[in-house]
Amino acid sequence: MHNFDFVKPASVAEAVKALSADGAQALSGGQTLMPTMKQRLAAPTMLVSLTGIAEMKGVKVDGRTLTIGAATTHATVAKEAAAYPALANLAGGIGDPAVRNRGTIGGSLANNDPSACYPSAVLASGATVVTSKREIAADDYFQGMFSTALEEGEFITAVRFPIPDRAAYAKFDQPASRFALAGAFVARFAGGVRVAITGASEGGVFRWAEAEAALSSNYSADAIKGLSLDPSGMIGDLHGTQAYRANLARVMVQRAVAAS
Amino acid sequence: MTKVAMTVNGKAVSGEVEGRTLLSAFLREGQGLTGTHVGCDTSQCGACVVHVDGKAVKSCTVFAADVAGSSVKTIEGMANADGSLGVIQQAFQDHHGLQCGFCTPGMVMSSAALLAENPKPSEQEIREYLEGNICRCTGYHNIVKAVLAASGQDANAIAAE
Ligand SMILES: Cc1cc2nc3c(=O)[nH]c(=O)nc-3n(C[C@H](O)[C@H](O)[C@H](O)COP(=O)(O)OP(=O)(O)OC[C@H]3O[C@@H](n4cnc5c(N)ncnc54)[C@H](O)[C@@H]3O)c2cc1C
Ligand code: FES
Ligand code: FES
Repeated sequence: MHNFDFVKPASVAEAVKALSADGAQALSGGQTLMPTMKQRLAAPTMLVSLTGIAEMKGVKVDGRTLTIGAATTHATVAKEAAAYPALANLAGGIGDPAVRNRGTIGGSLANNDPSACYPSAVLASGATVVTSKREIAADDYFQGMFSTALEEGEFITAVRFPIPDRAAYAKFDQPASRFALAGAFVARFAGGVRVAITGASEGGVFRWAEAEAALSSNYSADAIKGLSLDPSGMIGDLHGTQAYRANLARVMVQRAVAAS
Repeated sequence: MTKVAMTVNGKAVSGEVEGRTLLSAFLREGQGLTGTHVGCDTSQCGACVVHVDGKAVKSCTVFAADVAGSSVKTIEGMANADGSLGVIQQAFQDHHGLQCGFCTPGMVMSSAALLAENPKPSEQEIREYLEGNICRCTGYHNIVKAVLAASGQDANAIAAE
């Protein structure tokens, strides 16, 4: 890995300043960025660690809203997001315990891996991504595989989730990486049901409108039995063909509905 | 180069590091604590697991500078004060939980983190907790038995495979 300067600010304001420098990049848990740097696919000249910023850590509940600091680890969310059990459960199923002790929600959302777990929860919940500059609605935040609405020097400080009446995440693990081969997050609110699929599409996480409509009028696994996703936009690789992933995604939605 | 200080196995240590110095390298090359093994160097195998402030982490995927000021525990800190094997280490020996021993430091550190959180884990809980620790020799069964035994449970209760 190429060398770089390392800084660890104690506040968001200091981090904003540090990240405005040319070649500076945010470091959170490092569980994705460090392997990437070892492969020299990223070579920042300065890393700005966000893990020393107290105001970016922790889980807070206010009525039916759950706010998670961007530098909060998966392990902490698993333990402390009891007010939103489907989300706590998702966090507790990411990778393995050592990855969960370092990896953070902010890092996962900034990276927007097409097989990552958190993007589906954020999109299905209709959460708000709070950054160092503004607030971004989930529907505007995800812009395709590894691509987000974040601008140069902008970083996530927190994520605000409205807590649904019922919700669940169902993930079919790719056994070697433990990422989702396909995963579905289903969230039911008074105003309707939102469904987000991860792991399956070439375009990254997406909402499945037909399933949302069917489940909003009849919230049962059977309601989407006859629906199917178009395999043409799906990921096809040695782990599963496009048709396999399209089918698996529907099965995961059914399992999530049954579990919620 | 910057100077970092931390506590390792109860002892205050410090050293000069580059930004890119990994915690695994700081421990092995800086402190001579070569019990922490580097298997994959890509956060997949778990051979390098140590505890940082009581939590299991993969030391190949943590920068030394990022954990300055922390308390780190490595496999060298797992023996009893008189140098005899600690409970988990002894259980690995008794139940033949290792062959080549390469994965063992990480297995022991992950097991210790599990038992600190959950003193009487079930077989299933042990298997899930050790998901990020890969062993290429023993096939896990005896490792699970060792962890059951270390937690004071009947290791023979699990079916032979
Ligand atoms: C063995 C293994 C298994 C895994 N399994 C899963 C899994 O099952 N499901 C899953 O979803 N993930 C999985 N992951 C990924 C894991 O969740 C990562 O922790 C996560 O994707 C990245 O978070 P991080 O905090 O480590 O970010 P980092 O690696 O520090 O950063 C990732 C990227 O985000 C940027 N960044 C970090 N924080 C911010 C911020 N606050 N604002 C803006 N940009 C930021 C960085 O500059 C970098 O580009 C796994 C990883 C490993 C190593
Ligand atoms: S050497 Fe760190 S996980 Fe393999
Ligand atoms: S004992 Fe050889 S890798 Fe586990």
